Amino acid sequence: MSTFTRLAKWIGVIALLTTTACGTPATPTPSASQPSATTTAVVATEPPEPTATTAPTQAPTEPATATSAPATATTAPTEAPTTAPAATETVAPTVAAASLPTAAGPRGKLILATTTSTADTGLLAAILPYFEARENLDVQVIAVGTGQALAIGAKGDADVVLVHARSQEDKFVADGFGIDRRDVMYNDFVIVGPVSDPAGIRDLPKAKDALAQIAAAAAPFASRGDGSGTHTKERSLWTAAGITPASGANGYVALGQGMGETLTYANETGSYTLTDRGTWLARQSGLTNLVLLVGGTSVKTNPDTSLYNPYGVIAVNPAKFPKANYEKAALFIEWITSLSIQRRIYEFGRDLYGQSLFYPVAQTP
Amino acid sequence: MVETFLPIVTLSLVVSGVALGIASVLGFPLGAWLALANVPGKRVIEALIYTGMAFPPVVVGLVVYMLLSRSGPFGDLGWLFTTNAMIVAQVVIAFPMVAGLTQTAIDGLDPALRLQLRALGASSPQVMWTLLTEARAGVLSALIAAFGSIISEVGAVMLVGGNIEGQTRVMTTAIVLETRQGNFELALALGALLLSLTFLINFAVIRLGQRREAPAR
Amino acid sequence: MTAQYTLRGVQHRYGTRTVLSLDALEILQGEVLAIVGPSGAGKSTLLRLLNFLEPPTDGVITFDGQTVTARPPLDLIRRVTTVFQRPVLLDRNVHDNVAFGLRLRGQAVDGRVDAALAHVGLSGLDRAQARKLSGGEMQRAALARALVIEPEVLLLDEPTANLDPYNVGLIEGILAAQNRERGTTLVLVTHNVFQARRLAHRVALLWDGRLIEVNRTADFFDSPSDPRSAAFAKGEVAY
Ligand SMILES: Nc1ncnc2c1ncn2[C@@H]1O[C@H](COP(=O)(O)OP(=O)(O)OP(=O)(O)O)[C@@H](O)[C@H]1O
Ligand SMILES: [Mg+2]
Repeated sequence: MSTFTRLAKWIGVIALLTTTACGTPATPTPSASQPSATTTAVVATEPPEPTATTAPTQAPTEPATATSAPATATTAPTEAPTTAPAATETVAPTVAAASLPTAAGPRGKLILATTTSTADTGLLAAILPYFEARENLDVQVIAVGTGQALAIGAKGDADVVLVHARSQEDKFVADGFGIDRRDVMYNDFVIVGPVSDPAGIRDLPKAKDALAQIAAAAAPFASRGDGSGTHTKERSLWTAAGITPASGANGYVALGQGMGETLTYANETGSYTLTDRGTWLARQSGLTNLVLLVGGTSVKTNPDTSLYNPYGVIAVNPAKFPKANYEKAALFIEWITSLSIQRRIYEFGRDLYGQSLFYPVAQTP
Repeated sequence: MVETFLPIVTLSLVVSGVALGIASVLGFPLGAWLALANVPGKRVIEALIYTGMAFPPVVVGLVVYMLLSRSGPFGDLGWLFTTNAMIVAQVVIAFPMVAGLTQTAIDGLDPALRLQLRALGASSPQVMWTLLTEARAGVLSALIAAFGSIISEVGAVMLVGGNIEGQTRVMTTAIVLETRQGNFELALALGALLLSLTFLINFAVIRLGQRREAPAR
Repeated sequence: MTAQYTLRGVQHRYGTRTVLSLDALEILQGEVLAIVGPSGAGKSTLLRLLNFLEPPTDGVITFDGQTVTARPPLDLIRRVTTVFQRPVLLDRNVHDNVAFGLRLRGQAVDGRVDAALAHVGLSGLDRAQARKLSGGEMQRAALARALVIEPEVLLLDEPTANLDPYNVGLIEGILAAQNRERGTTLVLVTHNVFQARRLAHRVALLWDGRLIEVNRTADFFDSPSDPRSAAFAKGEVAY
């Protein structure tokens, strides 16, 4: 009849389409009945992954000592599969996960609140499909700053968090929001800055000295300023340098943005900034005005141990949040700290950058 | 590129389309009622609606987050970080625009029309519906404005949707993500795509609205 | 003749102003009643009450023997319709405008719209946009829209004001035929003394909200009982 009715019908059709479309893949039936399928049975069906969790108590994997291969653990049961070429490794899981029949019951979900660095570097995309296939669930990655990730966890809106800010993590556990904290991996921070290096910090062994020099030179410094793990680290370094920076003064600006945006800002304005090495390596090629000045060429050669950047995994406390999917969170923690996944973490990025972006450290911090 | 873009584009359209549909179902009657009714609380509701139109979307997102959080009152729904949460946020953003602009559109009609409709035997819902169709130009611009504001909104959907790949990632949050990762070209391409899509939809809607206006013969 | 309407002690106020105060008025089934009176006398207000679009502030209206409540049922309202002084047409084509009342009632449109349009001489314009019609065509379209729903009572608020003699004659002819052939009760508000004389069985004079005189048309014009009626009958009070 009228245009209007036609429009109304059109809207109706869309609404109808979505109820059918949304119902299936977009929202995996938001039910609280997650603990999907029988966990033990599913472990057996796990396809491509070198059976890791079968070794319940692995021998400590000697973290950062090995330079060539990680954890040349003598007790490691299946050495062979992991030495497969890295290239095929990264492709394999996605294909396997996609082609895996979902007949094992309704697909569950696990909400992982994590920092942008783990997601933006591509690490999670490279390893999570194994877990998703094994447990028949979707890991929903909420990639935000560490501060927000912990805040999401503290409201019980995530099941597990993977973050890097030790002091905040400890507080999170102490406040009863999280349990089962484990160290997962580490990388490190580096200070990057303009090629001209007006503060003359190149190759200084101590980051705090570099910051002191930047402040003394009133050279521009871009801070994340967002309560992230990187920001937390930066503040502790300023404290160590005996300086309390104020945004807008002495060349210091607090952006309140993610690492990517902050690097872009620094690149455009010729500022110094503190960044995690992973994001720096991933972004380096596009940041033509910036060079790495403090922190050495790899994690292994970083002369300043205070730039060490450990990542921890914490389950959201089910005693506080009964709706949290603790069962899968615990399995996730066990899985990400397992030998085979720790190997994958070590391998990740070596093909592209010639060095690991994250170093496994599951057994000892 | 198409394989990665397509689900994102589809989800954007679906989420904003459904949100607009719901906002319309709620907003049209309220707007029409506000234009017709003569009750004491009307001015307050009007003021609230105009305040709602000026509300920062990210605050809407925050409130929706708190409500849908597992520790919030509607946590049992399990909607946080799903498309449902995004739809809820967008409905809250779009609804005042639809209601407010609908009221304005109907206010602009000949006041004698209401009396004539009732004299012809229209029930209250029939009066409302007829007035909406009579004010279709204004109602269409209400829809266009509301759709534009939600399809381009990023803060709220990022917060309550979580920008989960393949599930809650829409065009705007994808743009933020690509920008953050320094993929400016990709972000820009997505932005251009969003712009073209919005243009096409608006153009189609406007054409649809104009076809009637044209003199028949 | 039975009463279509009886009004007893009907008062209508806007704020504190009483715009209508009728002790008693009866409108008969099948009659043509002309309501005349100066501007602001309350004629349009009376029509709104008769179409049940507003309840009277005070008093009782009965319709076809039933007392009308403050919120009358839709079925009752649908037995009456009004053609207003200024035709208010929908922003649609003429056909859809005329079909409007039928569609509201869920009734089939079939040939009735075409017949009504033919009746008012608008056959060729059924697909034209209503808002682009001339004044006379608009008024005829509004009349067709009212007639097509076959109301028991047709209220007309100055239906031929501002129209040329051709259109006035056309509309008067249609109204007279409607009353004569279908027995439709007509209540016609008019400023035109001659029109009242041509069409009405009875004439009522409203003055300042009060009923001055209700009389058979011939008596109203030939032997008015009130000087104001006499003035009106002579055409001395036009507006
Ligand atoms: N909705 C309203 N609110 C307040 N006052 C009103 C309203 N409608 C009508 N009036 C007043 O009631 C009085 C009667 O109005 P009404 O329209 O019935 O007069 P009328 O006899 O039809 O005049 P005209 O010949 O000029 O059309 C007028 O003084 C008018 O101002
Ligand atoms: Mg009048």
